[in-house]
Amino acid sequence: MTYSGFRVIREALTGHKGWRPVWRDSKPKPSYDFVIIGGGGHGLATAYYLAREFGEANIAVVEKGWIGGGNVGRNTTIIRSNYLLDGNEPFYEFSLKLWESLEQELNYNAMVSQRGILNLVHSDAQRDAARRRGNAMILNGSDAELLDVDGVRKLYPFLNFDNARFPIKGGLLHRRGGTVRHDAVAWGYARGADRRGVDIIQNCEVTGFRIENGRCLGVETTKGFIGATKLGVSVAGSSSRVMAMAGMRLPIESHVLQAFASEGLKPTLPGVITYGAGHFYCSQSNKGGLVFGGDIDGYNSYAQRGNLPAVEDVAESGISLIPALGRVRLLRSWGGIMDMSMDGSPFIDKTPIDGLYFNGGWCYGGFKATPAAGFAFAHLMSTDRPHKTATAYRLDRFRTGQIIDEKGQGAQPNLH
Amino acid sequence: MIIPHPLLGPRDAQEFTYLGDASLINRPDWQSENAMQEFHDYLYLRDNPAGLHRELWFHEQGDRSWLVVTRNTMTHEITQVELASDVARSHGRSR
Ligand SMILES: Cc1cc2nc3c(=O)[nH]c(=O)nc-3n(C[C@H](O)[C@H](O)[C@H](O)COP(=O)(O)OP(=O)(O)OC[C@H]3O[C@@H](n4cnc5c(N)ncnc54)[C@H](O)[C@@H]3O)c2cc1C
Repeated sequence: MTYSGFRVIREALTGHKGWRPVWRDSKPKPSYDFVIIGGGGHGLATAYYLAREFGEANIAVVEKGWIGGGNVGRNTTIIRSNYLLDGNEPFYEFSLKLWESLEQELNYNAMVSQRGILNLVHSDAQRDAARRRGNAMILNGSDAELLDVDGVRKLYPFLNFDNARFPIKGGLLHRRGGTVRHDAVAWGYARGADRRGVDIIQNCEVTGFRIENGRCLGVETTKGFIGATKLGVSVAGSSSRVMAMAGMRLPIESHVLQAFASEGLKPTLPGVITYGAGHFYCSQSNKGGLVFGGDIDGYNSYAQRGNLPAVEDVAESGISLIPALGRVRLLRSWGGIMDMSMDGSPFIDKTPIDGLYFNGGWCYGGFKATPAAGFAFAHLMSTDRPHKTATAYRLDRFRTGQIIDEKGQGAQPNLH
Repeated sequence: MIIPHPLLGPRDAQEFTYLGDASLINRPDWQSENAMQEFHDYLYLRDNPAGLHRELWFHEQGDRSWLVVTRNTMTHEITQVELASDVARSHGRSR
């Protein structure tokens, strides 16, 4: 079933009786050539690109709940290519390019909206850092523009420019950044994968690995054993738990990050803004609610809900940047479990176990990575070589000293 | 979260900063034969369990003591709090 404007009109005239489920609810076969654990954005994208780009067949995605119920459906939907370091920026630029053609590629409306991201600066030192970052972005094919305070004022006249402690001095504008409808990404990749024969197996939790003589043969699940020639783990916040079943300890801590949505408002915020003095970022959804967030709570957690201090901190940052927010009612808040790595950067790598591959450590920034992570993980699993933009994402980089620490915080996951 | 401090009684978790897994108390011996490997594992690898977790909290805005807190990462419930110095001494350390 292909989606089009014509199709929507026809369905509207015939009582919407022609829509069909767009992926099958598959039962597991005894074995597959490729099994991906985790039906989040990354797992589904991996399965899609394995079939679509690398011509592989006999693929399954195994998900413990329902697809899209994890972080892919909990994030604040921001996509961007504004990283500083060489190990990262080419990868995120590749991802943003994939976002730009994603909807045509999938024939699915994911509401990719390149409304621009503005990172505010509040001091001369921050402006220097923004200029350096902007140059690094441009060198890697991304876009960046340094705005002075009048430039910011034109876009967002209602910000608190003359805050006594943190006045706004300008900002780094990344015009191609923006937001995407997060669930639609999971659904779009699921539909695309299903159409290419991928089995999507929901309500099927992986409970163990079968490993013999250093080779992974498959997984034990709540629906029985599933054999796999190649097995890819892509379970985001559950990375340590799942890899522990294969006897591996990871350079990862799981932390909770909260997000918030306000009541619906008339169009207020045209793009995405981030506060440079506290941790606060905000955009307006197409339904009108302001969607915002800030720091992780800061302690190990698998609870998918946070505590009040982080809520207070986000609200305070928000109101100090946008005083008008004080009048807006908060509608809801929720939490998701982040796989915070030791340097704040991810992993897409083989493991010491033959046939077992790992994708994780995405911290709070893996949504924007979804297309490229899927592509690069599929590349690695199909060819056994890393994709050229993902060569730095190795599990042994702490041993070799080749860490990718964007924030320069060291091995302290709650500071990244 | 409220952390029941062994000396000061119940304190708001906001008074503390969080470091991480309490195994960070046990710094490897730099003269050991496998020092490189041991320091790599010590500094970078974590058990990161879902369930009971022993972890280090620093009472930065209080008496500046280090505590070992046993907390359930699934529920955030705190079941035991010890002074980190007591824990270190019980491992045979002088301080
Ligand atoms: C509040 C919040 C805000 C965020 N904001 C942004 C943002 O603005 N921009 C951005 O780029 N990123 C953001 N992120 C991060 C981003 O959402 C994640 O990094 C990314 O979604 C992780 O990849 P995923 O979609 O594959 O994860 P998930 O959707 O979590 O997928 C992992 C799946 O694995 C499954 N699984 C786990 N264990 C098992 C098992 N044993 N067997 C089978 N299946 C299993 C889970 O059920 C889950 O569905 C945010 C995250 C949160 C929580």
